[in-house]
Amino acid sequence: MTAIKTRPEPPRVALPSAPTPAATPCSRSLLSVTSLSLEDVSAILRLATLLEAEEPLARAKRLASRRVALLFYESSTRTRTSFELAAKGLGADTALISSQSSSIEKGESLKDTGITLRALGAECIILRHLSSGAPYLLAQATGLPVLNAGDGMHEHPSQALLDLRTMLRTLDRPETGPSETLLQGITVSIVGDILHSRVARSNALLLPRLGARVVLCGPPALLPEVALELSPGITIERDFDQALAKSQIVMMLRIQKERVTGLHIDLNEYMARYQLHEERLHARAPQAIVMHPGPMIRGLEITSEVADGPQSVIAEQVRNGVAIRMALIHRALAPELPQLPVKSPAKAAKTMKQETAKKKRGGS
Amino acid sequence: MSATLIRGGHVVDPSAGVAADRDLLLKDGRVAAIESPGKLTAAAKQAGAEIIEAGGLVVAPGLVDIHVHLREPGQGYKETIATGTAAAAAGGFTTVCAMPNTIPINDSVETTRWMQSAERNPSAHVFPIAAATRGSMGEALTEYGSLKAAGAVAVSDDGKPILGEAIMHQALAAAARAGLPVIQHAEDTRMTVGCSMNAGALAFRLGLRGMPVAAEAGLVERDLRLLAELKGGRAHLHIAHLSTAAALDAVRRARRNGLHVTCEVAPHHFVLTESAVGEYNTNAKMNPPLRAESDRRAMLEGLLDGSIDCIATDHAPHASHEKEQEFDRAPNGITGLESALGLTLELLHRKHKVSLSRLITLLSTQPANLLNLRGRGSLVAGAFADVVIFDPKVEWTFRAAATRSKSRNTPFDGWTMLGKVRMTLSEGRVAYRAD
Repeated sequence: MTAIKTRPEPPRVALPSAPTPAATPCSRSLLSVTSLSLEDVSAILRLATLLEAEEPLARAKRLASRRVALLFYESSTRTRTSFELAAKGLGADTALISSQSSSIEKGESLKDTGITLRALGAECIILRHLSSGAPYLLAQATGLPVLNAGDGMHEHPSQALLDLRTMLRTLDRPETGPSETLLQGITVSIVGDILHSRVARSNALLLPRLGARVVLCGPPALLPEVALELSPGITIERDFDQALAKSQIVMMLRIQKERVTGLHIDLNEYMARYQLHEERLHARAPQAIVMHPGPMIRGLEITSEVADGPQSVIAEQVRNGVAIRMALIHRALAPELPQLPVKSPAKAAKTMKQETAKKKRGGS
Repeated sequence: MSATLIRGGHVVDPSAGVAADRDLLLKDGRVAAIESPGKLTAAAKQAGAEIIEAGGLVVAPGLVDIHVHLREPGQGYKETIATGTAAAAAGGFTTVCAMPNTIPINDSVETTRWMQSAERNPSAHVFPIAAATRGSMGEALTEYGSLKAAGAVAVSDDGKPILGEAIMHQALAAAARAGLPVIQHAEDTRMTVGCSMNAGALAFRLGLRGMPVAAEAGLVERDLRLLAELKGGRAHLHIAHLSTAAALDAVRRARRNGLHVTCEVAPHHFVLTESAVGEYNTNAKMNPPLRAESDRRAMLEGLLDGSIDCIATDHAPHASHEKEQEFDRAPNGITGLESALGLTLELLHRKHKVSLSRLITLLSTQPANLLNLRGRGSLVAGAFADVVIFDPKVEWTFRAAATRSKSRNTPFDGWTMLGKVRMTLSEGRVAYRAD
């Protein structure tokens, strides 16, 4: 027996991504806002506006007969309906699979569920799941574009994009400007249960890249100091009144009872310190825009007067969700930019704004 | 009568202080003689020995892994004693100590004997570690005396740490009387409910619940306090797969105070950090979790300065369908037997200039001594003929698909390894031979 000479191996590779991948995950997926370049963000905003302004019958031809699966392991009203309406608005066929009425109940794995949907012709899967990171597994297992509709405590990227659209429109800022300065000079406070919130993570990861300052606000049990490390441009302010005073935008979050494990939160104390009510809002931020990703627990983190008041854009957020999700589904299934006739983006945006303003007046 | 002469190799046997060119004569499963090159030729001829040429290769006592999960009885779809020890032999290990979290839990003389039966067809010697409490439930001690007589070399409730202070105290005292170490998986599981990686900024960003350093360090400190209370007895506490600087510091302090505490570290804890979790890579999920860079460096320093006694793999095979799950649902653990030597040579020997002698001390001599495995981890005359022959210079690519294990859950697939095992002999028989 002698030493065997072998050729030198190539340099050490980086960590492989996952065991025996079935396919390379699709780049048209949206799993995290961190995978979007600023150009991507800008393109999605423009596409949302174009699609929204398009004549419905023409729009419905864009993805006619394409198949989109909505795979929901958690209950949802806004996100599910808005993705579904967005897909249908583009003419796609949708199939809804929820964990309570499918073979998931019988123990079928996420991987097998994904492979089954692909075999049934699904070309894109929209996934809501209780486990952080589940969309990565699904994208790996199927090779299909996967849109993350909220995964555990990780991210809710389409929510951050629709929030961004809502902010820009309400602030009357252009969507087409240089992306790093889209939100220059704006301070956004995100308030409440940051620890368990995927909405908070997606917004805190996205908004600072667009020039915003993000202030996270909440008690230590729901907002650990490590949250600062999410991104540069983030600060923590424990005092809600202080946070409000420097904010142009305040985003309220629900306490996620289903995810709170072993934490003892005194709700009365929480409400005293962190509830957004009229008096507090008028005293500290009479001009600020009030947002909430929903579902709201009226009387807990926000009062009805504020939620339904003139500073609230909560319904606008929901409305913008459909436009953003049309853009995301379109991007997933037809990545080439759509050839759009007549209306220029600026004109379309203007029309939209007028409509919004009209509806708002009607509502208040 | 069977005899083998291993000729022309560079023998590294820290137990005898040898690091020199030597010939090694093996007879009837034991080391018969070790002499300068050429001196055993006549004796070998007389014994009709088969000759193994080991020119340019290192000849060392077979490696000893005191922390593996062989999954038998009960979970043969993940691993069997036959496949697990085949992987061991391919990685240069001739001795493995099998943790008791089998199905049923190995808390009995019957299971302890069953695991050692020749019918399991092992390629390396298997020493069972028996459960410290019945069913590893942390309530009533098992029969340490009879388990030891049946072949158990330590007691542990690995994976289900002994949290109760009174029962841990009893376990340490009873094990001392029986002459067995207590091995503790140091994790205060009350602090890690629902957790799937190291606590910190990365866990926060990934939306995963994190295991705090204090869950490990806190239980280590509690156990060291109990050990101090028993001082004067012969209680021996061994900390399994240490992963945090804080826990290592506690061990160092206790040692200075004369306590009999030892510890091991797994290769992944001195090679990888939590960043390997990446985009929810379940092959980077284990318990204890991969930690921060400062902890990884502390593990390296502990190996370099001698405060860590040995390297153990925590080989924990899982089927692909179990690892191809949502990150928080996937089971903890990675395989380790076939990558341990390559990673250790690369990182400790090549990068940090640790001598081969010291490396074999960490991978063979000391682990054998810790669990009192007589005749293992040594090539002195009379020791078991457990030998690994490896080329310390060759680089090769580790392929999970080529593993002898039944499972492929490793984060090191595709990594370049340094040092290739050419042959492993277990009690004189060839247990592995490279192609």
